[in-house]
Amino acid sequence: MNTPSPPLSDAPETDSAADVVAPARNRAAARLLPATRFAGPIPWVIAILIALVVIAAAGGLALKNLATSASADLSAAVTVQVIEPNPDLRAARGADAVRVLTALDGVRAVRLVPEAELVALLEPWLGEGAASGDVPIPALIDVELSRSAAPDDIARIAAALEQTVPGARVDAQSDWLQPVYRALSALQWLALGLIALVALATAAAVWLAARNAFAGARDTVEIIHLLGATDRQISAVFLRTVLREAAFGAVVGAGLGVAAVLLLGQQFAALDSGLTSGGGFGLAEWLVIAAVPLAGVLIALLTARITIALALKDML
Amino acid sequence: MNDRLAGHVKFDNVGLRYGTDPEVLSNLSFTLYPGSFYFLTGASGAGKTSLLKLLYLAQRPSRGAIRMFGQDLITMPRERLPDLRRRLGVVFQNFRLVPHLTAFDNVALPLRLAGADEKRVVKAVAEMLDWVGLTHRAHAIPATLSGGEQQRVAIARAVIARPQMLIADEPTGNVDPEMALKLLRLFEALNNRVGTTVVVATHDVHLLKKVPDSLIMRLNKGQLSDPTGALRYPPRPSVAGDSGA
Repeated sequence: MNTPSPPLSDAPETDSAADVVAPARNRAAARLLPATRFAGPIPWVIAILIALVVIAAAGGLALKNLATSASADLSAAVTVQVIEPNPDLRAARGADAVRVLTALDGVRAVRLVPEAELVALLEPWLGEGAASGDVPIPALIDVELSRSAAPDDIARIAAALEQTVPGARVDAQSDWLQPVYRALSALQWLALGLIALVALATAAAVWLAARNAFAGARDTVEIIHLLGATDRQISAVFLRTVLREAAFGAVVGAGLGVAAVLLLGQQFAALDSGLTSGGGFGLAEWLVIAAVPLAGVLIALLTARITIALALKDML
Repeated sequence: MNDRLAGHVKFDNVGLRYGTDPEVLSNLSFTLYPGSFYFLTGASGAGKTSLLKLLYLAQRPSRGAIRMFGQDLITMPRERLPDLRRRLGVVFQNFRLVPHLTAFDNVALPLRLAGADEKRVVKAVAEMLDWVGLTHRAHAIPATLSGGEQQRVAIARAVIARPQMLIADEPTGNVDPEMALKLLRLFEALNNRVGTTVVVATHDVHLLKKVPDSLIMRLNKGQLSDPTGALRYPPRPSVAGDSGA
């Protein structure tokens, strides 16, 4: 039998044969594994989880800003109440208290709250009876210190008022908000815990998806493994898929989350409440929000990489 | 001792068992020398495929020692195995083509895994496909190829990177006699011109006569016999394959 020489020389000089069969010029044809996608709704699961993290992170940041803003506003504020049923005497003692307070070191501003303002504040609770004079209303004096009101400052003010205005009650305004601060702090920890749990859930979802994807491609992986593919080459194929799918989920999730945050922000802004106005976002907060989808993609890649590496270690 | 004298592959008292089953290979001690052409024969179930799995690094032995290309396979970390695998060409018993890749891309795999330049890949694969008569099927995926065509793709993939050792499990089982002879000539050419060590597992006794300088290893119930004396009296290093045939 006349058998032509096998093609064991170096690559041929002519392109004639290559031109007939040159599909590999398309890099997609060089894929080692089929362009599989994560089974089922994994990108959408990632999107939902990322959206939840964005909302939780935004909530936590808003609460932090709120607490910081409220604390800054009130930390130097002290309220003095002059409790005296006789209106004339109350007015006189109020004026005395203002005089004493103004003379104290460390006091930046003193304001006797006008009675009309007090009546307006109480009217929602007491009705028209607040203005009748039947209910004695203490005189209120807002004092702003030049620094945060420490317990020593409160004691010093109380002592200064003791002789001139007996029975005056001195309170740091921030004391009234301590339970609110504690609640805000608890909510921040809750948001942090939620973020951690959702990060774990994301990792678990990616772990399952990567395991399934690997199991589905195991035969092909074994073949290319035996042909000399390194773990890095095989992992890279899976990680490309993970990157694509996680990036899709992250972008969609971040979009949904930011939309929800903006919507909630508008709702709270409409309240026009002094308490909620301090929760607004600056550049730093938006950068943190922007980092959420990136962190999600990184978690997905890291999880997939570890999962594939462990699966490959089972092969020789 | 240089590689040629030491041999490509040295088995020393190797045994293999799957799980807790009895050993399928027992007390295998032999050396495969560079540039030699070996036929591995034996009845079905004799352990040919298991022995080939040890040779193409799909399995570690349960006991004994194996050295390949001068390196100890038993203690070698798995990260270094791909380098050794790239020096091998393997024709698997059931072809094991990658199902989603075309014939062209299957043949190109070893070159691409080794990072070969794509222009060189295209030329080399095109020529190899032309030689095995599958140019017109270059774009076909394995599921649309006949058994013989798949086998030719598998063989083309095994030899495309001109391996130092070619391991073939029943490589001519699904092709007509003319193609079988042609493929055997390819193996011989690799053996003679490139110096590739060839190990072919086959049932076909007629095939043994087609390669006069070949050496025969016979497996029987996991034990190796040496009908040509190749294992006891290996070929002289200077002229591989000239003894024992």
